[in-house]
Amino acid sequence: MPANTTPCAPLLDVSGATVRFGGIHALTEADFTIAKGSVTALIGPNGAGKTTMLNAITGMVPLAGGAITLDGTDIAGLPPQKRAAAGVVRTFQNLEVFTSMSVLENVMTGRHALTRYSITASLLRTPGFRRAERACRDAAMDCLEFVGLAEAADTPAGDLPYGKQRLLEMARALAAEPKLLLLDEPAAGLNSKETAQLGDLIRAVCDRRNVTVGLVEHDMELVMAVSDHITVLHFGRPLAAGTPDAIQANPDVIKAYLGEDD
Amino acid sequence: MKRPVIGQSVVQAGLFLLLLLAVPAALPNEYYLSICILGSLNAVIAVGLNLLMGYAGQVSLGHAAFYGLGAYATAIATTRFGLPIPVGMAAGVTLAAAVAWIVAAPTLRLKGNYLAMATLGFGIIISIVFNEAVDLTGGPSGYVGIPRLALFGYTFESDRSYYTLMAVVLALVVLVALHLMKSRTGRALRALHVSEKAASSLGIDIAAHKRFVFVLSAALAGLAGVLYAHYLSFIAPASFGFSFSVQLVVMVVLGGMASVWGSVAGAFFLTALPEALREFEDIDILVYGAILVLTIMFLPDGLAGGLKRLGRKLRRVGVDHAG
Repeated sequence: MPANTTPCAPLLDVSGATVRFGGIHALTEADFTIAKGSVTALIGPNGAGKTTMLNAITGMVPLAGGAITLDGTDIAGLPPQKRAAAGVVRTFQNLEVFTSMSVLENVMTGRHALTRYSITASLLRTPGFRRAERACRDAAMDCLEFVGLAEAADTPAGDLPYGKQRLLEMARALAAEPKLLLLDEPAAGLNSKETAQLGDLIRAVCDRRNVTVGLVEHDMELVMAVSDHITVLHFGRPLAAGTPDAIQANPDVIKAYLGEDD
Repeated sequence: MKRPVIGQSVVQAGLFLLLLLAVPAALPNEYYLSICILGSLNAVIAVGLNLLMGYAGQVSLGHAAFYGLGAYATAIATTRFGLPIPVGMAAGVTLAAAVAWIVAAPTLRLKGNYLAMATLGFGIIISIVFNEAVDLTGGPSGYVGIPRLALFGYTFESDRSYYTLMAVVLALVVLVALHLMKSRTGRALRALHVSEKAASSLGIDIAAHKRFVFVLSAALAGLAGVLYAHYLSFIAPASFGFSFSVQLVVMVVLGGMASVWGSVAGAFFLTALPEALREFEDIDILVYGAILVLTIMFLPDGLAGGLKRLGRKLRRVGVDHAG
């Protein structure tokens, strides 16, 4: 259930974002804000530019114009790994699990930027190295427990069923202790029971772990159930923004989804 | 969870060292000892190349060049410039690492076949330099008169002493590789192998990690080159050409990608193989090609993976019989 809808300071502020692929405008001067402590969904018909928006926020496609700030700091010029270190971490629509590693190693990899020791320390197995690795392992186990995968810690990640690989990606992203977690179609390929569990998990990420969530999703039932705020994209432009109730009642949104009468 | 003070990898590397040191006693004559020395040299390169190829997923078809750079650098430094051997050795390793650092920036942007082509081209260029810079390298006929290795006043005159040194070096290299792979750096390398997108989204600097592992693997090849030069006291470009680069790749693939022990096994096996296949001298590259193809077809995880699977199968058979 949407808890707090009072818009406090935006954690993420995308303004006037433009992304072009050749002559095609995937995003045109799009604004998108995510309030701190909220679950904010980005929805829109296929090809509306939702994933492009996520890619732009995480630095995987270059902006042709516009600005992106996180907590008031400009991150638009940073490469992906620096944005991750700044606190923006994402999951992927087409799973990008490290299949050759164990489930636990996947999640420990999520803590790469938080696990600090020199290469020399790792070669000499210094006490500092051991401490940091233990802390990394413990934090990773905590994330696995949070998503319900602790039992599978030593399983090769590639052996997990599809739905659990989605959870693994989420645990891996949470392990990075992001300020903002961006989920790209996390319900794709899940059955209705799994989707319901995912909904609870997304709320728990926000409410219990205090991680702000940005959600790109096609499953409207899920979006309406978990979101505090929704932004609708249409042909690369923002069409509407508001609470789930307001969005559901918005005639422009309905028209965009159902198609216009000619 | 309590952890022992001496790690698993240290124990493994220690046992491995003991095994290596026990080998000479089992050999019929000195000649086999020289093969073991060459095997350890190749194993040092193969372990380094596996960090790059097997773990980080970056192919190099030019690693023989780094081996050669190390060998020629110390040869020229210690004879022509009369520098002390440790200085020459440091120069050899440094040169291989420095060249790798320079080559890494443009090369490692490439992926898959393009990276293979670029490193192949690099290896050929260096090979041409070894052959054509006659004043410096002695050209195709080779470089003679390199002093036998002497460190801290001790000269490694006998093959027995040189083998002992190589055993220690190889065990240390294995330990470094095992420790490195069980750390955040190792996880980052294995992660970027599977998905650069996901790795960078988690804060891993892809370019920096690729460059690091490329330089490290080149430095290990350089180290092997240095030790090779001061062992044989004669080097020639033919040892550092394309054919040897291919052999190195075969060692890694045959042993098993992303397996440190596999690389060691692959290196020793392929070093000993020509002795068993003397008749095939002229078509050795065909034999290596055949081994590569057969390995990829029947042992996709190499010797290491094959043994693991065999072990699992035997255990299952054992359980079936017991049950």
